[in-house]
Amino acid sequence: MYEILIFMIIGYGFGTYREKRHYKSIKKREKRFLKKPVVTFDKIDNSKNITWAKLVTGNVVVSTDYFKRFIAGLKLFFGGSISSYESLVDRARREAILRLLEESGDADKILNLRIETSTIGNSANKKGGVASIEALAYGTAVKYA
Amino acid sequence: MEITNLETLPGKQIIAHFGLVSGSTVRAKHFGKDFLAGLKNIVGGELKSYTDLLNEARDEAINRMLNQAKSKGANAVINVRFSTSSVAQGASEIYCYGTAVKVS
Repeated sequence: MYEILIFMIIGYGFGTYREKRHYKSIKKREKRFLKKPVVTFDKIDNSKNITWAKLVTGNVVVSTDYFKRFIAGLKLFFGGSISSYESLVDRARREAILRLLEESGDADKILNLRIETSTIGNSANKKGGVASIEALAYGTAVKYA
Repeated sequence: MEITNLETLPGKQIIAHFGLVSGSTVRAKHFGKDFLAGLKNIVGGELKSYTDLLNEARDEAINRMLNQAKSKGANAVINVRFSTSSVAQGASEIYCYGTAVKVS
């Protein structure tokens, strides 16, 4: 009982701080890539010549903190939207897309973006709840001549 | 070898199709790193060791797919898709598949 309380306090303090810091860095980096569109269709602009095209990927595993998991556990009982998990998947997907953009180098556009999400590492949480989420973003980076 | 997840390879002409090629791998983390990830679960944030694990696994899966394509005589793989699933606790599978083609 006592240790759960300590975990909750540590989790709340560090978790909130880390999430805020993560969002700050995501927003900062998203601004940098405003000029590079990411689209989910695969229509190629035939009016321009394409120098190269290659597959680019971005991958991240994010975990939520102890406090939020506890709150989510309570919410599961009453139903409704679980905002602490919503921010988790949002962070994971946006981070994955940013890593894909960072890998794409001097490409002009990312075509046919797909995002895969899965849960892994359940052994890290012995109670069997969602411990962490994996987001994998992939698409084709193209460079126009 | 060129890879895209489009139905064509932009700027190139496809001259031959070789059908489906795929590669998959199942990876697990060793105990020490899994333990550290358990600690990270309290404070939240990115689990770097798992990210690296999945990056390695993805590269491995792509390599296996490319080797298969090479043995068929292809020089590009188009319309690549990824799929991930957790097979057992602490282990995860990455599967990637696409169509092997020859481009001019």
